[in-house]
Amino acid sequence: MYNAYFLPSPMTPNECITFDPEKCIGCNTCVDVCRCDVLMPNPEKGKEPIVMYPDECWFCGACVSDCPKGACRLNHPVNQRIAWKRKETGEIFRVKYSYMK
Amino acid sequence: MDFRRFLMEKTQFKWPYPVNYEKENREECDVLVVGGGLAGAFAAINAAKKGARVIVTDKGAIVRSGCAGTGIDHWGNAFTSPCSTNTPDDMLTSPGDPYSPEFARYIGMKESYEAALELESYGMAIRDEKDEFKGAPFRDEETKLMFAYDYKNKHTLRLPGGEQMKPVLYKEMKRLGIKMFDRVMTTSLLTEDGKQGGRVIGATGVNTRTGEFYVFSAKSTILSTGKPLRLWDFATELVGSNAHHDDPNSAGDGDVMAWRAGAKLMMMDRTHSTSAGRRYPAYMTGNMDNTWRPASIVDATGKEIPWEDRDGNILTSVEERNKVGEGQKMMSAGGSKVPYAMRAPTLIHDLQQRIESGEYKMPFYADMTNLPDEERRAVFGLMLGNEGKTKVPVVETLRNSGFDPEKDMLQANVLPPEYMGKDEPWWDVKYPGIGGPNIRDTSFIGGGGLVVDWSLKTSLDGLYAAGNQIAGFSGASNAAATGRYAGRNAAVAAGKVEQLPVSEEQIAEEKKRVYAFVQRQEGYGWKEIQFGLCRIMQDYCGDYRSGEVMEMGLWWLNSIRENELANAVAANPHDLGKILDVDNRLTVDQIVITQSLSRKASSPRMGTVRLDYPENGDNCGYYQTLRQENGETVVEELPFYYWREEGSCREAYEKHCCL
Ligand SMILES: Cc1cc2nc3c(=O)[nH]c(=O)nc-3n(C[C@H](O)[C@H](O)[C@H](O)COP(=O)(O)OP(=O)(O)OC[C@H]3O[C@@H](n4cnc5c(N)ncnc54)[C@H](O)[C@@H]3O)c2cc1C
Ligand code: SF4
Ligand code: SF4
Repeated sequence: MYNAYFLPSPMTPNECITFDPEKCIGCNTCVDVCRCDVLMPNPEKGKEPIVMYPDECWFCGACVSDCPKGACRLNHPVNQRIAWKRKETGEIFRVKYSYMK
Repeated sequence: MDFRRFLMEKTQFKWPYPVNYEKENREECDVLVVGGGLAGAFAAINAAKKGARVIVTDKGAIVRSGCAGTGIDHWGNAFTSPCSTNTPDDMLTSPGDPYSPEFARYIGMKESYEAALELESYGMAIRDEKDEFKGAPFRDEETKLMFAYDYKNKHTLRLPGGEQMKPVLYKEMKRLGIKMFDRVMTTSLLTEDGKQGGRVIGATGVNTRTGEFYVFSAKSTILSTGKPLRLWDFATELVGSNAHHDDPNSAGDGDVMAWRAGAKLMMMDRTHSTSAGRRYPAYMTGNMDNTWRPASIVDATGKEIPWEDRDGNILTSVEERNKVGEGQKMMSAGGSKVPYAMRAPTLIHDLQQRIESGEYKMPFYADMTNLPDEERRAVFGLMLGNEGKTKVPVVETLRNSGFDPEKDMLQANVLPPEYMGKDEPWWDVKYPGIGGPNIRDTSFIGGGGLVVDWSLKTSLDGLYAAGNQIAGFSGASNAAATGRYAGRNAAVAAGKVEQLPVSEEQIAEEKKRVYAFVQRQEGYGWKEIQFGLCRIMQDYCGDYRSGEVMEMGLWWLNSIRENELANAVAANPHDLGKILDVDNRLTVDQIVITQSLSRKASSPRMGTVRLDYPENGDNCGYYQTLRQENGETVVEELPFYYWREEGSCREAYEKHCCL
């Protein structure tokens, strides 16, 4: 399957918050603690919220902190990621998110 | 057809909340608190404890709203705790600093620790009850209180429960029966007979989920909406609302509502340069000051960068990084820009030259591996686990990615040598202005706001201000302390007056203004206008200013109001809130330029260079205040230290504190 959708190109950040549909019970706690209303309830009851206004996210982490199921994650945009060095070995690592190898 | 229009017509999904534009809800109370951040929450609770019926409105979700919504790591000015070596009165300096409101700072120093005890009584941990830091040099063994930065004078608390501050306050507000309205953006103040300059008797608001209208009648109103942000820079396309440090809901609403009602503002042109869209997430890159003190910084080869004390003596132990100088009463984070009296140990002052000569190689790293265990746990747990926007965004993200503070060194952001090590925090680099020329900001420097007296009353009867809303004032414990104090004063004053009837004409006019944006089908979106306004501020009120250029800026702002803003469209109640933010920012822009224009001097303290008035006007002896009367701007002079007319801080505090 190759993509060919009739969609506008959203502003980055594209994926400030991601959900684990297996864990999410659609309680909308994350929706209701968000100061910016970045998240909107899913029109389908019981499903994970919609990240409607991703570029308005403050990356405060309230939604993640207050989720009763540990079902959402915060992802900083690509230009916000930093690396570190293991002192003993000199190896370099970087910030990674759940969907990365 | 633009894509918005296309989606509006074709999308099968409806706005997820019931929409009732124009529907009016009327509420009445003794004390109305506009903005339920730290200042507003403390104000509401303390007004209610004085017997007042209280309402709080907030643009966001009160449980997590405001700058401190996801936490605070350090609680300054706890000068009345049993551990403090200094009292609030010891800390008053003569002659003082006219641009820092000494009276509000005094209230902060008198009530910071009391506010912390209040938080403790609502269930937030302020002590090391679990004995996790037993024996640490920053812990007082008797009280189990823990301190940051200056381990000798002990007046900045480390808060083991800081991340839970807002949820705890929210619970207490609920318990006290305070009526809270989430997502109700207050849009205007109501005044006696609807007249500018009249007594403030309530406010109007709009719900940004349902579009419903609110009319609040109140005997006293407290504004606590924070400082205006994003006037010069709006970089959501890069980093979301993360481009600015403070709460993204800070659009200067309180200043604008007060301005339209006729209240006096000052120092509105106070700004500094900022990194804006170039910044990293707060406290997420290698650092050594503030939340990260006393971490070591090493260069690319592992060589440690030495620290020095404020006199330039090289420090040889980690312990000395938290030590004040001989006879020094207090030290504050912030590197070399902090005045000598308050300056803390920092990295060597000639780091730039030593990088340029090749002695130290970039990139640098924060190395906590060889810190004493309790210091490492303090930085990566106690501090980063409680600071705003760091528990999940920093600690959890780094840990989930495999970072281990016992083994790993976190990279500092790479900057030109002249910026390295200076003026913490590196992730923000606001002082050198890495964001580029003309990118300026009002947060973090005590920007402008409302003129208030010793009761924290504004120049209008019935209207009070607290926290960041006060001109020249900021900080978490300061917000809490002034919130408490304003809450008591507003409640006592409310007990002495009758509720006046609201002006239906004023309400009808406001409804017309607010709902115009959701009645258009096509037009400008709020982001495009916001970007446009920022361009005007960059070009016409930037690093270098002059009369002609600023006049041109005002002309542009008026023109944008009459053209683009008059044709702006909001697709739903959320968008409506955003376009009202933009409308407010446009008004703040006008106030800022007006203030800067009428200053007729350069002002290092305001961060203003006037090419046509190069002389330094900072010692002129008065503040320039601005207000509106019959729609016209009135510029007046108010003598420096006007609050001293009431006598010493101690006398005036005792007279006005309502305890
Ligand atoms: C990430 C971060 C970390 C910080 N850490 C520390 C620290 O450790 N120690 C320290 O001393 N200081 C710290 N500060 C600063 C400190 O948090 C603030 O100075 C303080 O919280 C300001 O409180 P406030 O209530 O005056 O304003 P804010 O917190 O800005 O609250 C304003 C409130 O008003 C609401 N509002 C705005 N407009 C409207 C409107 N039209 N209608 C209704 N409501 C409205 C907003 O939604 C918000 O809830 C930090 C700030 C940030 C951003
Ligand atoms: S709070 Fe958690 S479980 Fe509830 S809707 Fe949000 S992600 Fe799902
Ligand atoms: S991180 Fe904060 S601003 Fe972003 S969606 Fe979550 S709660 Fe909202």
